[in-house]
Amino acid sequence: MNMGRSVEIWVGLFVAAGFAAFLGLAMQVSNIPLFQTLDGYDVQLRFNNIGGLRERAPVTMSGGRVGRVKSIELDARSFDAVVTVTIDRNYNEIPEDSSASIYTSGLLGEQYIAIDPGGLDFFLEEGDEITLTQSALVLERLIGRFLTSMGDGNDDD
Amino acid sequence: MTDFLARIGRSTLGSLSRLGRASLFLWHALAGLPSLVLRPGLVLAQIYSIGVLSLIIIVVSGTFVGAVLALQGYNTLVNFGAQDSLGVLVALSLLRELGPVVTALLFAGRAGSALTAEIGLMKTTEQLSSMEMMAVDPMRRVIAPRLLAGFISMPLLAAIFSFLGIMGAYFVGVGALGLDDGPFWGQMQASVDFRDDVMNGVIKSLVFGFVASWIAVYEGYDAEPTSEGVSRATTRTVVHTSLAVLGLDFVLTALMFG
Amino acid sequence: MAAPVSDDDCLVDIQNLSFARGRNVIFNGVDVRIPRGSVTAIMGPSGTGKTTLLRLIGGQLRPDAGSVAVDGQVVHKMRHRQLYALRRRMGLLFQSGALFTHLNVFENVAFPLREHTDLPEMLIRDLVLMKLQAVGLRGARDLMPGELSGGMARRVALARAIALDPDIIMYDEPFAGQDPISMGALVTLIRTLNDALGLTSVIVSHDVAETARIADLVYVVSQGKVVESGTPEELMASESEWVRQFMHGLPDGPVPFHYPADSLDDDLLGKAP
Repeated sequence: MNMGRSVEIWVGLFVAAGFAAFLGLAMQVSNIPLFQTLDGYDVQLRFNNIGGLRERAPVTMSGGRVGRVKSIELDARSFDAVVTVTIDRNYNEIPEDSSASIYTSGLLGEQYIAIDPGGLDFFLEEGDEITLTQSALVLERLIGRFLTSMGDGNDDD
Repeated sequence: MTDFLARIGRSTLGSLSRLGRASLFLWHALAGLPSLVLRPGLVLAQIYSIGVLSLIIIVVSGTFVGAVLALQGYNTLVNFGAQDSLGVLVALSLLRELGPVVTALLFAGRAGSALTAEIGLMKTTEQLSSMEMMAVDPMRRVIAPRLLAGFISMPLLAAIFSFLGIMGAYFVGVGALGLDDGPFWGQMQASVDFRDDVMNGVIKSLVFGFVASWIAVYEGYDAEPTSEGVSRATTRTVVHTSLAVLGLDFVLTALMFG
Repeated sequence: MAAPVSDDDCLVDIQNLSFARGRNVIFNGVDVRIPRGSVTAIMGPSGTGKTTLLRLIGGQLRPDAGSVAVDGQVVHKMRHRQLYALRRRMGLLFQSGALFTHLNVFENVAFPLREHTDLPEMLIRDLVLMKLQAVGLRGARDLMPGELSGGMARRVALARAIALDPDIIMYDEPFAGQDPISMGALVTLIRTLNDALGLTSVIVSHDVAETARIADLVYVVSQGKVVESGTPEELMASESEWVRQFMHGLPDGPVPFHYPADSLDDDLLGKAP
């Protein structure tokens, strides 16, 4: 066929540009959890209430991300929410007595888990459980509590 | 009344038999795919005329769609003080919906219509028939490479469209409107999920690429061999592809994000 | 072989062929035998399905009844692969030429060679130039089909049809719409190629004079049947008034000049329904 060499070059450029755009989307725009979930260990956290926490929400320590939420289940007996998080293999010296809380980024933003380090020399490992947890602040409950305390205050007067 | 019912029945049967013929056609075309391994040049030439020649319209539309999204999104978000989420808004709209869908619609207009007209004219001028008489199966030689090239080109075009759209939004948002580029990318990266958003967009564009190419080559092959027949087939390609893409988009979105 | 010699000599054997498009019966029990090495013409008025006959021989259409056998094999019973193997031995010259408009003359002729052989580029070039030389268009190898006249396009198509050295070549209305010079060139070419390459040629045409000049055997087809067959001389002197009208091109005769209609007087006076 009269397949010009320029056709081949153009097609090569096109395919390369397509893949480059795809890579750009993967690296710059999304967070590619594929690479992050693979290399880490799972820890379980029990919460009374997780509020609006979703799978793949970030897990942070002192504001830096150390892992992600892998799955959320309900313990049918204790009615606790059991959150399994995957923590990056690089952070393998998190004390066993660390505590975890659920916070909201910004006023209306996504919810995430923050781990506050404890002081023990034993470190978290695959399958361990953090029991020292603080549940999510649910806005409605917070406002409700605020209103009742206001009402109580008025009665006191 | 019976006339009316008869007409409904007739058009239903007509559509069904069209669908049947189109499926049979697809089956024959797919059977021609393995032989392309020996002739990559055929597919390459088609990727050139389907993909490369569609680049300009995709590049321009992608950039401008992203830029306009950024302008519109900024005006709305700034009312809520949430202009930092502009990147998220643009990226999610492009990756999930606009990238695959608008690319497929442009593809139907630019490449699909050209495919139909080309094949329809080859049929009208007896080129397909003469190829058959030369013991060259047009399904393998003409249809299969075009089908494959469309299928390959669409996701690449959609990725380029989305990427340039986000770059367009970046230039408008960060460059012209003065947003900080830290939250722009940071929030985007925090909210855009690779599998849920990027990969689902790719899956959509693969489906659209397959359907759009199928419709285009089928309409060309099935065209009535006259000038009006080819022009009707070309129109049908654009209309049917657009409708199919929008309908499938709804179904896929419901399956993926519903 | 116990078969009679005449069977062996017959390359295309059409028996009791019937074919209809919808309600429109095109053939109704046609028998045609095309001897090996001859130039056989199928003639008849426009619209008698002569092109359809070629497509039936090429296996692009299936007969409703009867059979078309090429070299002893029944075409419509063949599997896809066998049919394509058979078609490699056939060339069909379309009325329009049906050249590939995106390829130039050289590539058009090279197309079947590239598709069916793995010959080196040098050899393909030589073969293509030889075929083009045979039709007198070696100098036009770089032209695009759009730049060719109708007669030249048909000659290029002829070069393409003989590129794979087929056993049988079929011409669909080769003389229609040609000026006298290119008509003469084509007439000579068909005969020369047939004799030089040892082909069997089938011509479908309604140009009586030109066809009669080169045909060894003529079948006249009308209304779905073979009306008469024989050498051109025999047909010119046919008993049948109809065949004589056709062969000599008389305006009126058994085939009326007027399409069936009510009488002119009734029509003009508005009495017709």
